[in-house]
Amino acid sequence: MRAIGIILAGGNSNRMGELSNKRAIAAMPIAGSYRGIDFALSNMTNSHIQKVAVFTQYNAKSLNEHLNSSKWWNFGRKQGGLYVFTPTITNDNNFWYRGTADSIYQNLNFLKNSHEPYVVIAAGDGIYKLDYNKVLEYHIEKKADITIVTSRVPEGDDPCRFGTIKTDIDGRIIDFEEKPVIAEYGKISAGIYVIRRRQLIELIERCAQEGRHDFVRDIIIRYKNLKRIFSYELGSYWRSIATIDAYYRTNMDFLKKEVRDYFFKEHPEVYSKVEDLPPAKYNPGAEVHNSLVSSGCIINGKVENSILFKKTYVGNNCVIKNSIILNDVYIGDNTYIENCIVESRDTIRANTTHIGELENPKIVVEMNERYVL
Amino acid sequence: MIKKEMIAMLLAGGQGSRLGVLTAKGAKPAVAFGGKYRIIDFPLSNCINSGVDTVGVLTQYQPLRLNTHIGIGIPWDLDRNVGGVTVLPPYERSGNSEWYTGTANAIYQNMNYIETYNPDYVLILSGDHIYKMDYEVMLDYHKANNADITIAAMPVPIEEASRFGIVVTDETNRITEFEEKPAHPKSNLASMGIYIFSWKVLREALIQLSGQSGCDFGKHIIPHCFHKGQRIFAYEYNGYWKDVGTLGSYWEANMELIDIIPVFNLYEEFWRIYTKCDTLPPQYISPEAKIERSIIGEGSEIYGEVTNSVIGCGVVIGKGAVIRDSIIMQNSIIGAGSKITKTIIAENVEIGENVETGVGEYRESELDPKVYAFDLVTIGENSHIPSNVRIGKNVAIAGVTNPEDYQEGSLSSGEYIIKVGDVR
Repeated sequence: MRAIGIILAGGNSNRMGELSNKRAIAAMPIAGSYRGIDFALSNMTNSHIQKVAVFTQYNAKSLNEHLNSSKWWNFGRKQGGLYVFTPTITNDNNFWYRGTADSIYQNLNFLKNSHEPYVVIAAGDGIYKLDYNKVLEYHIEKKADITIVTSRVPEGDDPCRFGTIKTDIDGRIIDFEEKPVIAEYGKISAGIYVIRRRQLIELIERCAQEGRHDFVRDIIIRYKNLKRIFSYELGSYWRSIATIDAYYRTNMDFLKKEVRDYFFKEHPEVYSKVEDLPPAKYNPGAEVHNSLVSSGCIINGKVENSILFKKTYVGNNCVIKNSIILNDVYIGDNTYIENCIVESRDTIRANTTHIGELENPKIVVEMNERYVL
Repeated sequence: MIKKEMIAMLLAGGQGSRLGVLTAKGAKPAVAFGGKYRIIDFPLSNCINSGVDTVGVLTQYQPLRLNTHIGIGIPWDLDRNVGGVTVLPPYERSGNSEWYTGTANAIYQNMNYIETYNPDYVLILSGDHIYKMDYEVMLDYHKANNADITIAAMPVPIEEASRFGIVVTDETNRITEFEEKPAHPKSNLASMGIYIFSWKVLREALIQLSGQSGCDFGKHIIPHCFHKGQRIFAYEYNGYWKDVGTLGSYWEANMELIDIIPVFNLYEEFWRIYTKCDTLPPQYISPEAKIERSIIGEGSEIYGEVTNSVIGCGVVIGKGAVIRDSIIMQNSIIGAGSKITKTIIAENVEIGENVETGVGEYRESELDPKVYAFDLVTIGENSHIPSNVRIGKNVAIAGVTNPEDYQEGSLSSGEYIIKVGDVR
């Protein structure tokens, strides 16, 4: 294989609100039975990248649990494999990852000890399908130093939370503004980069010598005139789930047949860790319409336009509308939930009401004790 | 030296001919069950949950699906450096080679496998029972009794006892008498076909009876040991246990899973049942769908009505279709407007639009009244049923059928279509 993979999954965002208290964004559950990072990992494996490192830092417990075996994504164990790198204290370093470039610098041996000529760097919070080989071919054809995968701003999303990009006719990036106050360009960075391994090592080492730590600010923007940085336009579905709003909307997108078919039915597949849960169960009183239901759910009430993640229990006479119920939530009888995101492993008391706004879903975190019988 | 205290030998080689077209292309232990499982998942999960990490699976009849399902045992954590799961098909040797001629003969032919692990005890299991049992507790019981053989047995209603192999015990639970399907049973303890043998005892019996043709545990080994005066005890089991050997009991066991609080509960945290699972995405329930009293597997898409049914993974149920009291296994497609009643549909079946099953009056099966005796329409795997046909009750269908196969667009109760070449 021509490339190794790096997935940057250390990040947190204050725009995820309470949802990020529990986990890094890359570990956010998505589409009923996946997690954010599954998409980048599946793309890696489907692009025949056999050696992938995941850099984690912020609240990596969920993520580490999820990444407990390379098997789930068809990675090997001897020829490459899946590596998880959390910051460690060493003789000559006692810092956390101070930025994306620093996280790579602290794991530079992973790059140095590999023999593949290229590196694909991807963010862990993108929901998309992409054959990285196509980007790599483009990168070679353009004789680029760095290629950035770009997308149009997803409908309803705020361009100012991304890196916005201006290119010339040839696709070369001539301006890059990170999280601008006013977005002047319609093209945004998807946080996916292709770069030659030796080039990356050189840039990262120089960056570290200068005491700089951020890949976008200190490499992409700083070198944008010096290096040939190109934009590869991703025409297909791409979403970043790093804000509550985008997270909610991306999940709801999976209620659309074309989105489901694109991710779940069309080749290649999206992989995830298999959990051994029984099929979903519909008891008398269950009324489910236009919803996604995952394994292990038990439904006794009404569910409409919603996504039930794994092991949701919906009590008698409940009504759940336009909501996302994350993994392992117990919802007591006669509860009304509308326009909400219910945090995982929660217990919602009987006879309660939670209503958010459609444009501004309410995050429900109750943290009640559950009495397991 | 490798040493395992107890290893399990799982008998999974039988056809299970009483499941009719469901086992035409695969052994009974590989038949789908409960929406996403296969029957063999239950004994395999029991093994790993009981701490038995070495399991030999004896296969013979149409083992492809079973082999694929088991693989190297990853879903059950049975991929081990020492032990784990091993599939044991019959093999050729110099001199006399033979198929497995009986349950005990299959074990006899694999004595080498057992001896590699140098076990003290061997657990004999059958691949066609639905139950949860802690074999470790049974082993403790075996040891406490200083037994040579322990037979798991469960109380059955005395009026049904004459259908089973009955064991009669003394006050210490030592077995004093065996009765095979007795007319006037002296006890209501039925043998479940689950045995723990002290390996020395079993080894000796297997060697002594090695000339016995069709050597079987129930018919030969146990009586042989009994007559030698060895210590045989009954281990009483009082949980849920079901032999899914007939279409009727298979259907019933599936239906029991959809009770509000099922006796056999798959949703308990304790004692999970593991399986190999290919489909991941959640199921989609459309705005016009209606589902009640059913369980549905991953990745299915429901556009119609489902009541009182067990639906597997990756099943598509079209608009306006109505499914009642039925079992639909994975990746089958039911066309729009079809009405499916009391039907078992095996894997990868395609049913056209506006097909009706289970219509008319019940009639005895013309194919095999002993197998098809439960008022169930049974459709074998990879079958196709064309649109707009009406199918009666108690019908069996296997293979790709065309409209010409249905006289005036219908198939009456009790009839069958088995396409030659499709079922071998």
